[in-house]
Amino acid sequence: MKILVCISNVPDTTTKIRFTTDNNSIDTTGIQWIINPWDELALTRALQMKEDPAMSIESITVINVGSTGTEPTLRKALAIGADNAIRINAEPTDAYFTAGQIARVIQQKSFDIIICGIESSDHNGSSVGGMIAEFLEIPSVSAVSSLAVDQNKIRIHRDIDGGREELTVPVPFVAVVQKGIAKEPRIPAMRGIMMARQKPMEVMQPEDVPCMTNIAGYESIPAKTPCKMIDPGDVRQLVQLLQNEARVF
Amino acid sequence: MSVLVFTENWDGKFKKLSFELVSYASDLAGMLGTGVTAVSIGRVEQVELKKLAEYGASRIIDVRDEALTGLDNQAYTQVIADLAEKEKPSVLVISNNNTGKAIAPRLSVRLKAGLVSGIIGLPVSLNPFTVRKKVFSGKAIVRMEIKSPVKVLTLSQNSYELKKAEKETAIESDGAKLSPGSIKTLISKVEKQTGRIILTDADIVISGGRGMKSPANWGPLEELAGILDAALACSRPVSDEGWRPHEEHTGQTGKIIAPNLYMTFGISGAIQHLAGVSSSKFIVAVNTDKDAPIFEAADYGIVGDALKVLPELIREIKTIKTQ
Repeated sequence: MKILVCISNVPDTTTKIRFTTDNNSIDTTGIQWIINPWDELALTRALQMKEDPAMSIESITVINVGSTGTEPTLRKALAIGADNAIRINAEPTDAYFTAGQIARVIQQKSFDIIICGIESSDHNGSSVGGMIAEFLEIPSVSAVSSLAVDQNKIRIHRDIDGGREELTVPVPFVAVVQKGIAKEPRIPAMRGIMMARQKPMEVMQPEDVPCMTNIAGYESIPAKTPCKMIDPGDVRQLVQLLQNEARVF
Repeated sequence: MSVLVFTENWDGKFKKLSFELVSYASDLAGMLGTGVTAVSIGRVEQVELKKLAEYGASRIIDVRDEALTGLDNQAYTQVIADLAEKEKPSVLVISNNNTGKAIAPRLSVRLKAGLVSGIIGLPVSLNPFTVRKKVFSGKAIVRMEIKSPVKVLTLSQNSYELKKAEKETAIESDGAKLSPGSIKTLISKVEKQTGRIILTDADIVISGGRGMKSPANWGPLEELAGILDAALACSRPVSDEGWRPHEEHTGQTGKIIAPNLYMTFGISGAIQHLAGVSSSKFIVAVNTDKDAPIFEAADYGIVGDALKVLPELIREIKTIKTQ
């Protein structure tokens, strides 16, 4: 089976977000770009699956829609252990466009398991995975917390209200994965970094897919009212505030 | 040209988030000069369905099909898309919870309708249709324009007030016409624990950090969660140490949550933690370090030892719960 892991190139979590003077885009000066943390867990799980001979995973490809600036992020994915990378040479203007581009590559190259992280830490959209599946009219499973190939069949767990479900799904399909899929993301070792330089990185030109949405502008988060401090000896006051002011119970 | 809202049920019952959605859809329909059509999938009694009318649903479509017991993303998309083709709504409103995240992107592609997920309020403009959402894990807000004639929106949980707006409502039943073999995901086993609430959908979340000092000290957190029907969560060091299962970890690389109330005990609130919980409506922090970043994010704070505060807190909450 062939795995495709979709990789988003996002600012490091600790980045302070600033806008350009017209508030229409993010000021990228000094931003450290990383693999979206949830995609990194997805890649980690893909590698664990490939290491298990019983799962017969043939290859792991990583894909990103982005300009040349995202290549270091894809190289890092190769250094962690992916076999090859594809970059679609276009700005990922919206989820619909991005998913349409990736779907087309899947159609051409045929993958069995397509994995996306639950969301990207920039636009927090949770959209691309489901959209890819609908473009291709193949199944998608979201909130996936475990993924394995068991005697040539896909075995998945997903969280539901009050517990979890175990399910099977035919390939090809899209798994949208969350915490639990892998414990820790892998860190590239020196050998991996050396090897990554030799691994293939294919650049493909985008196809004509429309954008459905536009960024009209950014706003800062309004200043929060300062935290109300309560004396540790007066817990009752906290309960009263939660009951009467916040009205949460 | 109505507003179509998908109201999920849990074992035949709606939750607060279902009514939030209908309240939102009702106000949006008011802006557009149209009505709200609510779609329910699965077995829900009439008396429960009627509750949707109290929040402004002008029509309720009750879809039942024995095949639709588990969430199959493709089948749910099919059912809602078929209705959308018949009803011709201008906007579809869905929750930004697990189910919404599973089906909204598919609907967007199926209906060639622009999607904005996790919106935090009514449109700021109808032409161009512009909605606001939080981005960069709560560090900024973006205004998104949707260019397509049909729009799909997913509403961030706990971001819209419930509003009663009783409507005369007709409940119409609609048999889903799923073709055989349309269910692709086969559920082989369901493991349910009574009282265990799904973390990503919980209204109240109780979370413990390293300040709880030992896994043996989790009893009061479990007790508090039990009293408040809350889900349990933890910080990353706690799950890394194996004190609590990894499923409970909230934050970057953990679960992303947006409860009404997030209560933290012994969590310092590193930026990676806040990235996963910043959409919580209210945050309570109990921590010994008065300079901990969690107090910047919190609405109510106590500088103190969580282990000492918890028994007192449980006693006080029990008192009001029994009143």
